[in-house]
Amino acid sequence: MSALTNLTIAQAGAGLSKGEFTARELTDDYLSAMEAARGLNAYIEETPERAQMMADASDARRTAGNAVGALDGIPLAIKDLFCTEGALSTAGSHILDGFRPAYESTVTQNLWDAGAVMLGKANMDEFAMGSANITSYYGPTLNPWKARSGDNAGKDLVPGGSSGGSASAVAARIAAGATGTDTGGSIRQPGAFCGIVGLKPTYGRCSRWGVIAFASSLDQAGPLARTVEDSALMLEGMVSYDPKDSTSVDLPVPNYAAALTGDIRGLRVGVPAEYRIDGTPSEIETLWQQGVHWLRDAGAEIVDISLPHTKYALPAYYIVAPAEASSNLARYDGMRYGLRVDGEDLAETYERTRAEGFGHEVKRRVMIGTYVLSAGYYDAYYLKAQRVRTRIADDFRAAWDSCDVILTPTTPNAAFALGEKQDDPIAMYLNDIFTVPASMAGLPAISLPAGLSGDGLPLGLHLIAPPFGEETLLRAAGVLESAAGFTAQP
Amino acid sequence: MINTTDIQTEDIPDHLVAHFTSRTGHNSADLIEGETGAWEIIIGLEVHAQVMSDSKLFSGAPTGFGSKPNTHVSLVDAAMPGMLPVLNEMAIRQAVRTGLGLEAQINLRSIFDRKNYFYPDLPQGYQISQFSDPIVGEGRVSVDMKDGESFEVGVVRIHLEQDAGKSIHDRIPDQTCIDLNRSGVALMEIVSKPDIRSGAEAAAYFSKLRSILRYLGTCDGNLEEGSLRADVNVSVRRPGEDLGIRCEIKNVNSIRFVREAVDYEARRQIEILEEGGKIDQQTRLFDPDRGETRSMRSKEEAHDYRYFPDPDLLPVVIDEAFIAEIKASLPELPDIKAARFVSEFGLSEYDAGVLVAERETAEFFEAVVDAGGTKRDPKIAANWISGDFFRRLNADDLEIVDSPVSGAQLGGLIDLIADGTISGKIAKDVFDEMFDSGKEANAIVEEKGLKQISDAGEISAVIDQIIEGNPEQADQYRQGNTKVAGWFTGQAMKATQGKANPQMVNQLLQEKLGS
Repeated sequence: MSALTNLTIAQAGAGLSKGEFTARELTDDYLSAMEAARGLNAYIEETPERAQMMADASDARRTAGNAVGALDGIPLAIKDLFCTEGALSTAGSHILDGFRPAYESTVTQNLWDAGAVMLGKANMDEFAMGSANITSYYGPTLNPWKARSGDNAGKDLVPGGSSGGSASAVAARIAAGATGTDTGGSIRQPGAFCGIVGLKPTYGRCSRWGVIAFASSLDQAGPLARTVEDSALMLEGMVSYDPKDSTSVDLPVPNYAAALTGDIRGLRVGVPAEYRIDGTPSEIETLWQQGVHWLRDAGAEIVDISLPHTKYALPAYYIVAPAEASSNLARYDGMRYGLRVDGEDLAETYERTRAEGFGHEVKRRVMIGTYVLSAGYYDAYYLKAQRVRTRIADDFRAAWDSCDVILTPTTPNAAFALGEKQDDPIAMYLNDIFTVPASMAGLPAISLPAGLSGDGLPLGLHLIAPPFGEETLLRAAGVLESAAGFTAQP
Repeated sequence: MINTTDIQTEDIPDHLVAHFTSRTGHNSADLIEGETGAWEIIIGLEVHAQVMSDSKLFSGAPTGFGSKPNTHVSLVDAAMPGMLPVLNEMAIRQAVRTGLGLEAQINLRSIFDRKNYFYPDLPQGYQISQFSDPIVGEGRVSVDMKDGESFEVGVVRIHLEQDAGKSIHDRIPDQTCIDLNRSGVALMEIVSKPDIRSGAEAAAYFSKLRSILRYLGTCDGNLEEGSLRADVNVSVRRPGEDLGIRCEIKNVNSIRFVREAVDYEARRQIEILEEGGKIDQQTRLFDPDRGETRSMRSKEEAHDYRYFPDPDLLPVVIDEAFIAEIKASLPELPDIKAARFVSEFGLSEYDAGVLVAERETAEFFEAVVDAGGTKRDPKIAANWISGDFFRRLNADDLEIVDSPVSGAQLGGLIDLIADGTISGKIAKDVFDEMFDSGKEANAIVEEKGLKQISDAGEISAVIDQIIEGNPEQADQYRQGNTKVAGWFTGQAMKATQGKANPQMVNQLLQEKLGS
């Protein structure tokens, strides 16, 4: 029976429609697996009763001939950044202690409408700020992978972040798929670290309504899944135009899985010179070249391109994102919900609540954000960073003249050990160096597992497409996935 | 170190509002004579006007006043995690409409920014406002003073912003209660140039602005409910010199208080300067009970609001067609209406000004004058409105829109006077009866038999009777004591219950006693 948790979403969906097993059986298997894998700390809150109820409802629909689609009966982990009605929704933060919203985020509602089953709320970096899932108030999530050799052999590894719980759960077969959110790489980087597929859609494709905000102009929900096809199925279940989100885009929702034709003949693949960065391990560079070969062998045309402002993306990101965060997190003041630590007066109540409620990394970014928006510094930091952002978007726009999709590595390294880089925020931030530019430009991008490091850890390849080019992205990713034949498991 | 001179102490910093006056010269009557010479007062107003709209600026919650606390609060207004603002298009329409009413530049692209500060009645921790790119640019308001003088006040800009909630400090000891009903309600901030030179002018400008907003239907102008309030910037200088340091008096919510606050604040500043002191740039509050302003916070305690464009909202882009559509629906505004009342009805400028100050009064006046194709005497109509009609409204504490007597009904009453059916004196009683019962004038006249007696024979008989019954008074009259003429008139009116045509009574008396 435990084999059920090894099925992809597509396989599980086929099994359910053929009546080989029920959604309840599938869900129960996942619930048992979750219990066995609690050591990973991938979930902040498990919701077994709700999962079983949803699974039973799915089975009832199917029996009545009313199954609603590919996700009906599929058990998912939901990143704790999504507000889920009646279920703990904390963004991994102490300051949202006990917060159970009376509303359901649009993305999760879409998934439930598509028949999906909620297993629980996935652990994450506090307010999605982190690249190792070590900033969660609920403790770090572990990566199910272990290094076979090298300095980190046998050590506990980080799953990446901020969607670390989601990635770890999907990789460890304690969720068939998971929702994540990506602000600068928070889906793709943990996807790469955990050997699964992570997709960040175009900004505006998924509604942000009910997703606890980190950096509003960058935040975008997306799926983490074991295959490209599963990502396509989940994406279709997540996206929608939402009048409640002014930045949501009113475009028809394509049949994403149908884009996986396997045919990329004539597709122009851009390889940006600026992503070749000194100090990147040679195995990353080698895998990238391998990816180029795979795509060329499949009939794609390889084009050398230039994205000249790439090196400014990361510093600009670390101005824009904290600036927005400093304002977005102002509502956590202890007045209406979550944690409140009383002081002698109002100012002290604010100070104590926020001092206790926020962790170090959140405080660091709130302070950076407050600083860069301050009078006298605004022009030099925030405004300049926004200009850089425009240049980065312009770089990509120019690149689309000569290519249809861009191939890069996802991360400059494989998963690192728990405790590593913990005291060096800059080293931590560098994890996002390849993922941030697409975020700054609002572009869709995907990471898929393409090989193993010398120490036996998964490495990802990263594809970027023009706005709303998710179908191209998925098609190219599907070809890479077949060529790479990545079958390793933690 | 932060350079304190860079801190944004005002809602809008100087470099954005072009805080220089376009008004040159000065009216010597507006100068204040101090111990050491004359001073000129420089005033600019930032008026906050609640936008008339059924829902809030960024949420669907209703905006009604006086509801139970925290009953008009959406998830957005309470700043629940993950909630997002969605712009209410009505607010944009109303702001554009207001801009057009103030002959202002309408900006085709505007941006909503966040103004960040912590306060319990500000759930988001920021107010969504417009900073660098407001919806409306420069405009103007023409203001008439009672003495017939008029002046123009430049409008720097109008922007949209969210109102905050309300902190209630006196409900529970040692605790503050928060009512979020107002949280997120749409406000227009109308920023004037410092073109105002006295408390009376400031009050007149505020009043005129209120009148225009009410004509436009973009703000109900209700001062008691806080729909309209002014932040008053006051500074003083020697005539011709550079602008002095100003103080901002926050949240003044009556036309009279605007005048009193300016008068007090100007004297306070002049006193300080004449004693060799310096003005501390402050935010102050006006205390109407004591008639004085008090310091709230000084520049050093000012917030750094860290304005930046709200990433949850797209820039607001409107087109010329949208503006044209709104322009086509604008009502006749008070200045134009007053001019028409002068030219069309031959009213004095003063009467016209009084009638147009409130849209409802002007509309009522036109209804009174309109006799369906022909016109009633406008002067008589104006006198009735400013006289008995307003007296009864005030006595009954009613707004004109709640009047039980319509304009057409009052017109009907005036017709009865004009054609001699009733006397002007009886008309006053009929009017009160109309006000009490809501009935038509002619119905009341008919019902109560108030029709004027204009039959010479009937009046003659009455007078004969009085003369016969009062030979003493009749003799006095004949001997030249004309004072008793009034007494005879009174008796005749009394005998006819006031219905006798007074002119005929006088004429017949003269005929019967004079010869």
